[in-house]
Amino acid sequence: MVITVNNKETELSQGSTIADLAKQLQLPEKGIALAVHNRIIPRAQWTEQTLQPNDSIVIIKAACGG
Amino acid sequence: MKKLIIAGKEFNSRLFLGTGKFNSNEQMENSILASGTEMVTVAMKRIELNDKEDDMLHHIIHPHIQLLPNTSGVRTAEEAIFAAQMAREAFGTNWLKLEIHPDPRYLLPDSTETLKATEELVKLGFVVLPYCQADPTLCKRLEEAGAATVMPLAAPIGTNKGLQTRDFLNIIIEQSNVPVVVDAGIGAPSHAAEAMEMGADACLVNTAIAVAGNPIEMAIAFKEAVVAGRRAYEAGLPIQTKNMEASASSPLTAFLNNE
Repeated sequence: MVITVNNKETELSQGSTIADLAKQLQLPEKGIALAVHNRIIPRAQWTEQTLQPNDSIVIIKAACGG
Repeated sequence: MKKLIIAGKEFNSRLFLGTGKFNSNEQMENSILASGTEMVTVAMKRIELNDKEDDMLHHIIHPHIQLLPNTSGVRTAEEAIFAAQMAREAFGTNWLKLEIHPDPRYLLPDSTETLKATEELVKLGFVVLPYCQADPTLCKRLEEAGAATVMPLAAPIGTNKGLQTRDFLNIIIEQSNVPVVVDAGIGAPSHAAEAMEMGADACLVNTAIAVAGNPIEMAIAFKEAVVAGRRAYEAGLPIQTKNMEASASSPLTAFLNNE
């Protein structure tokens, strides 16, 4: 199935959880946050939450700024 | 010198640092450490897939430093609330520099959205430090909404123009029951010292340090200026005379040609 991650189309196996996506993208252990359709999913729920085709995911991390 | 207290937390340093515009993460970290700051801002961006860049977060996490995530990039209260929740999840802190500036030319904060977002974020348990106009009425409203500080601007972000809002900052400082942090536009240690002499509780500096010829030395210069200004404020500054007539500080007896 295809989902979008930060507006980029990404191929993912059917039935994948957010934890599976995190593994596929090699996301760091700390310092990031993730939202599915603008709903923030705490890391503790990543193993339970399965993704659906066309889900829109935003992942952010730290950046320099004042 | 009195310690700065924000939301019950004590700070030994009254200088806050932004992390933008440094040449490298190493230079940023060394400047932060040299400045003695205990409050450092961090922005957010979307990750790029297969991104291998050096994570700036490693360079600012130190036991004595409070991270202050900002909401830069948002244009409305609604976006700010989303950004705040993302920041809390990513960085594990409920401290927040709320900044809502939809206008890219002057980056001036939107007062209506800032007040609205402050009210909501306080209810959601955030420690909110709003970047705001140097508007005394607005600052009182932010205080009533539960802001932990107010952070009025001295001049637009990155202009280095110093205390353009001086007279309004004076009113804000006089009226405020929460710490007043002068944010944006501070371009030289003398500007920071002046703000502190006026009774500001802290200064937030980024550009003036980050783009200096030697950022680490400039960080030290700001550290010393903030300490000097605060010390002078607490010591009680003398009143300036209204005219230029002198007042002798040495005895005026003519000891050389005594008759």
